[in-house]
Amino acid sequence: MLNCHDATRLMSESQEHALSLKDRIVLRAHVMMCAGCRNFEKHLPVLRRAARSFARGRDDEMNVK
Amino acid sequence: MGTRNDEDVTDAASRLTDDTFLNDLRQQMIKFAILQLRDKDMAEDAVQEALIGALKNVKSFDGRAALKTWVFAILKNKIIDILRQKKRLINVSDLQHDDGEDRDILSLFDQKGMWRLDERPADWGDPEDALRGKDFWRVFEACLEGLPPRQARVFMMREFIELETDEICATVEITVTNLNVMLHRARLRLRECLENKWYMQGAV
Repeated sequence: MLNCHDATRLMSESQEHALSLKDRIVLRAHVMMCAGCRNFEKHLPVLRRAARSFARGRDDEMNVK
Repeated sequence: MGTRNDEDVTDAASRLTDDTFLNDLRQQMIKFAILQLRDKDMAEDAVQEALIGALKNVKSFDGRAALKTWVFAILKNKIIDILRQKKRLINVSDLQHDDGEDRDILSLFDQKGMWRLDERPADWGDPEDALRGKDFWRVFEACLEGLPPRQARVFMMREFIELETDEICATVEITVTNLNVMLHRARLRLRECLENKWYMQGAV
């Protein structure tokens, strides 16, 4: 059974490459039952988007919707 | 079609020589470069070179991207060059921080590797609003500065400069496994910092 530390590791890795089918299945099973990891999963793309906007000189990017 | 492009170029050139615009842009670029290079002199040099490069190549600016985005792209290339040149230096000086990094991250989880109650990620609601506020970027910057140098460096190479995994590994001479561990830690830490300093303050 996956713990939260490993679940966050897999979620982080999924930002770099596609996870194996087995990893995807154990991760889904964990995230379904874990509210903390469900939130973590939503936060990862926010971090990425924030970093990329920041790197593009941010407010130009952010004002265009 | 040609006139539209010419207008954009002329406009870009005049903005790049406008003192107020240039000064704001320069400050923002220096902050960005310092975050990644951790050296004020090096950052100023990189920005200077990027701005000179931008002015010199202003004809290749086609007006499709925002001017600032285009200038930042030039700066990113400068930063990559510098990071590549100084990779040896980075590796030796930052290695000893590894233990401390481990302990901090492990404090987020209990012995079974589950979130500690007070560290469990909260619901951020709709983060889009936050991303538009000036205060958010101040907090974001402070949180980036709080990352251990090695983690910050690979995180920024990945998410700011958008280098691919193998490029980062080659530049800082680490394995893919190492890189994934460092990115994982950087994300855990940055997320926690944003939650504590931003979302929990109700600053939205």
